[in-house]
Amino acid sequence: MLRALGALTLALLALSAWGFSKLAGIEFEGSALTSGEERLVASQVLNLVMFGIGLIAALGTAFLAGPTIAGEIESGTALAILARPVRRSAVLAGKWLGLVAFGSGFVISAGLAQFLVVRTTVGYWPPEPVEGLALLAAQTAVLLTLGLLLATLISPMASGVVAVGLFGSTWIAGVVGGIGQAFGNEGVARVGTVSRMLLPTDGLWRGAMHALQDPIAVAQFGGPALEGGFPFLSPSGLTFTYLGWVVVWVALLLGLASVTFLRRDL
Amino acid sequence: MSVATADALGAAERLLADLPPSPAMWCSGLRKRYGRQTAVDGVSFTVGHGEIVGLLGPNGAGKTSVIKILLGLVRPDAGEVLLLGRTAPHPESRARVGYLPELFRYQPWLTAAEVLALHVRLAGVAVSADERRESLAAVGLADRARDRVGGFSKGMQQRLGLAVALVARPELVVLDEPTSALDPLGRADVRDLLLSLRARGVAVLLNSHLIGEVERVCDRVVILDKGRVAASGTLPELLGRWELRLRLEDVTPAAQARLAAAGRVTGSGSSFTVSLNDDEAAATTTDLVADLVADLVALGVRVHAVEPVRISLEERLLDILRSGDGGDSR
Repeated sequence: MLRALGALTLALLALSAWGFSKLAGIEFEGSALTSGEERLVASQVLNLVMFGIGLIAALGTAFLAGPTIAGEIESGTALAILARPVRRSAVLAGKWLGLVAFGSGFVISAGLAQFLVVRTTVGYWPPEPVEGLALLAAQTAVLLTLGLLLATLISPMASGVVAVGLFGSTWIAGVVGGIGQAFGNEGVARVGTVSRMLLPTDGLWRGAMHALQDPIAVAQFGGPALEGGFPFLSPSGLTFTYLGWVVVWVALLLGLASVTFLRRDL
Repeated sequence: MSVATADALGAAERLLADLPPSPAMWCSGLRKRYGRQTAVDGVSFTVGHGEIVGLLGPNGAGKTSVIKILLGLVRPDAGEVLLLGRTAPHPESRARVGYLPELFRYQPWLTAAEVLALHVRLAGVAVSADERRESLAAVGLADRARDRVGGFSKGMQQRLGLAVALVARPELVVLDEPTSALDPLGRADVRDLLLSLRARGVAVLLNSHLIGEVERVCDRVVILDKGRVAASGTLPELLGRWELRLRLEDVTPAAQARLAAAGRVTGSGSSFTVSLNDDEAAATTTDLVADLVADLVALGVRVHAVEPVRISLEERLLDILRSGDGGDSR
């Protein structure tokens, strides 16, 4: 599994290196891009590739969360472990920490490699790389926490499918909300806001995009894209209140997972 | 400290010292329902230190559910459990308990030695590497210590499960179908292991479908049926019953009455089987047979054959399950 993940990431990095190298010489209406336009395009494409990396991390850990709890219950591995003098909440916390470390490690190493690719090919370095990677890691942690909760209730595959389905739905709801904002329709715009509260993956992703895109180029040239609800640019960063909600959300789901796991008959 | 207080404390200490030692496992009134199905219904029994107790019963009798309740893996709807004097399901109550589940599976990416190291760590006991190797050797896996569990056969995984159950120096071992994947040699090894555990004062609760295995090693047997304790007792208590197989001619009503006085009579034609009453101890069976034969001859019966037979655990189990007769010998 680790080899497959590594191969997939390397393929993504190699493809993006090829794409970014082509971007450096691109012409638009017969003339080369200005440096500002180039930075705007680099921001958008970097966000697109980082979305891919975030997606691999989030889906990977969500599908790992299922087997680690529900899979071990089904196979019987959990029986011998949980008959030892250990608390189920401690086992769950250990698995959560392991998955967070794995997901975050992947996002940080693959993300840094991608930043280096972009810097080498088009000379662009994101303004807030640490914040961007931290928010992507947080997105991974949020989805795997949901996956872990589901894994205490349903089968391994079902928990992964439901977590990934909700992840995709929230992202689409975010895009729909952006379109609502572009058309000035408050009701449609609220779809994105509500979904970002219910499952904070899309909110964190938008915060990560904001940290990775060039603010000057976006302000100068990205107006129409932002107003049009383009899904790979973010008009604003995250508030501390929202980050606080994310922490509370993760704690709530982890607590709920502890209770359901404790009550689960093996 | 006043003299009166010292006397009272001394009396309390003597009282405690005089109390019988608490059993290794005690459970009372266990109940568990899954939806409308009652899996466990008022089960109570104990396992003493250095005692091997067999748990018997047909499929779906609730044996594995009872074991899982004892180990805190399943939450009972009612009932209490004490493991080594501590209230379950508190994790500390399982500190000196070894368990081989019916569904045995260990992390396939770890080696056999690493699985033991993990369980020793989880048990919170310091067990040296040599001792861990001895545990593997005791189940015949000494030369597979560095091999990954993923490459083990089912039988080898069950042997590893036995080593896992025994590695942290347990005082109580719970084995759920420990020989289901083993060959006859492996079964004999398990029998030897059980006997060596008893010799070391370790309590064992053994759930097995192999009645012969239970009969050979267990001190006491608890028979479960439909979630309830159908019978329990020591093997002599449960197997104390004898029956007489007779071939007779010219059986008069008076002779039939004499046979019925000895026990329940079944049979047809010239063949009769008399299930001797429970209270007839094995030691007096010979006298009883001699008296019965003398009385039958005196009543004019021609006696062709008399064969006293001790009822096997299998026959007793089937008898209990078919008749639904409790027969608790505790």
